[in-house]
Amino acid sequence: MSNNKISLQLNVEDFLPASDAEKERLTVMQRSVGFWKDGVRRLKKNKISMISLVVIILIFFLSFIVPGIYPYSYEHQIRGSENLAPMQYSQTEMNAMETGEHVFPHILGTDNLGRDYAIRVMMGSRVSLMVGLIASGIILFIGSLYGSVAGFFGGWVDMIMMRIVDMIYTVPDILIIILLSVAFDQPLKALSQKAGFQWIQVVGVNLISIFVVFALLYWVGMARIVRSQILILKEQEYVTAARALGASSGHIIKKHLLTNCIGTLIVTTTLQIPSSIFTESFLSFLGLGVAAPMPSLGSLASAALNGLQSYPHRLFAPALAISVIILSFNLLGDGLRDAFDPKLRD
Amino acid sequence: MVNYIIKRIAMAVITIFAVATVTFFVMNLVPGGPFMSEKAVSPQAQAALNEKYGLDKPLSEQYTTYIKDLLHGNLGLSVKQRGRTVNMIIETKFPVSARIGGMAILTAVLIGVPLGSIAAFKRKTAVDNIIIIFSTCGIAVPSFVVCTILMYVLSLKLGLLPTYGLASWKNYIMPVMALAFYPSSYIARLMRSSMLDVMGQDYMRTARAKGLSQIVSIFKHALRNAILPVVTYLGPLLAYTVTGSFIVEKIFTIPGLGTEFIGSITGRDYPLIMGTTVFLASLMVVMNVLVDIAYKLIDPRINLK
Repeated sequence: MSNNKISLQLNVEDFLPASDAEKERLTVMQRSVGFWKDGVRRLKKNKISMISLVVIILIFFLSFIVPGIYPYSYEHQIRGSENLAPMQYSQTEMNAMETGEHVFPHILGTDNLGRDYAIRVMMGSRVSLMVGLIASGIILFIGSLYGSVAGFFGGWVDMIMMRIVDMIYTVPDILIIILLSVAFDQPLKALSQKAGFQWIQVVGVNLISIFVVFALLYWVGMARIVRSQILILKEQEYVTAARALGASSGHIIKKHLLTNCIGTLIVTTTLQIPSSIFTESFLSFLGLGVAAPMPSLGSLASAALNGLQSYPHRLFAPALAISVIILSFNLLGDGLRDAFDPKLRD
Repeated sequence: MVNYIIKRIAMAVITIFAVATVTFFVMNLVPGGPFMSEKAVSPQAQAALNEKYGLDKPLSEQYTTYIKDLLHGNLGLSVKQRGRTVNMIIETKFPVSARIGGMAILTAVLIGVPLGSIAAFKRKTAVDNIIIIFSTCGIAVPSFVVCTILMYVLSLKLGLLPTYGLASWKNYIMPVMALAFYPSSYIARLMRSSMLDVMGQDYMRTARAKGLSQIVSIFKHALRNAILPVVTYLGPLLAYTVTGSFIVEKIFTIPGLGTEFIGSITGRDYPLIMGTTVFLASLMVVMNVLVDIAYKLIDPRINLK
């Protein structure tokens, strides 16, 4: 290079077209991390939530798959094996074993009617889980719809809708549940006689009224949370943009607002599951839950209360099961909240 | 402020009225009646009974009579408990439930608030972890499990406490413990997170910078701000708890308002259902108004409109 003082000292080589290798180096290799990927990655880092997820999967396995292959059924009464202690065999079963027959042990003993208690606890967990999942689904649907409509339209609509929510909050739920189960009793029993509705007998009238009550009453919490989210989201520019482009209110709610509070929805629904299970067990404990012989964790605990002195394990098994279920859903919900919706931390 | 309170009270009255109306019609829509289950009652006697309690009149007339009586503070005559008015039943049963419920809430606050605060101050230490584990487990255990396990250990195994009734102070220990279990865990969690939030605020640094000791700054600034979420939670909780927990009253056979309420629904004692529901709803609404006013007193920045 010359030392010409008035030259700009430019290197001509810097201005040559880039080679393919150079272009390659500048492209961003990392793919953009989406909402789901990011959340799942954060969730995976959280040890406690992963453990609770494993526990939940295990519980699902125990309550949905194991009863299918288990040698006893939850309603089968084995004569002569009433009130067995855990791992104890009855006289007839011992005789059968001596002849070389294989008898599956009663891991948790049997109840006063000779039904294997382990399978009853598993079936009870199944009922509790089903109630938790279905009820949360109902609550998610109604709550998010109601909350988003109230939040989106605001003004008078919001005012009236939220006052209705306040009112529902005040009505004692027990009252509605008992009244509904009485009201539904006759019509549902009549309906269950008809073809295609036999499942009502299996599920039980009380359980159906519990679902109806969830649909009628328990969505208010969800509606409040969704509403407060929508109130913030609807001020965002993209909503104005969508409106300017001529989108209808329904489209904006569905496409922009609800999708943007998906994190909140996931978290609230997950945390709703344990609280639904809580409510169901409470009602079953009072004798308002599932119909006999179908067990639920609450009704098992309630039945065990009478024999508490002699058979405490009959109380501890369902009590432990329900506590573990609720605990692991709570912990998973907390983990999901940290992963998908950090703003919602309480 | 005054305007706001007046508005809230008007709203509260409307809510109570609406709850009463809804309950009244839902209750009557359900097939059957108070005297249906009693087989010994002849049709003539049933008609006479219906006439006595005004159940033979059209529903709209029954409703207007009821609301008129309600406005006079008269909750009517119990159908099942002959000769007793609903007012009398509530007056005798409510104090029982309220005493246990009140003690339970007090216990829950006295345990939950300090535990939550300690966890926040000792953040990321063993103390914090232990408190988190206990409070997380605490909100996962249903009250009937707590009740029955307490009963098994303290009464049946150790023989320390009586299992039923309310004869002495010993009878109160287990119901209060069972009722306080969930709220104290919940309050501890609420308190911890709000305390952590408050501790990060600028005014806490200012308080320390101007020379306040740690203790004074906690009591004067942090606690007052951090307790707001707990106050919100306490309002409805108090209303629910003092009107009686069905489970706890059932297990420990306590003659409280909760038992009365369940009994009234299953026995279709219309005036008693209405009475207890309206009572619970009023208490709930009053509590919510009080919570809002307490907010203003605790945190003057909150703008009530």
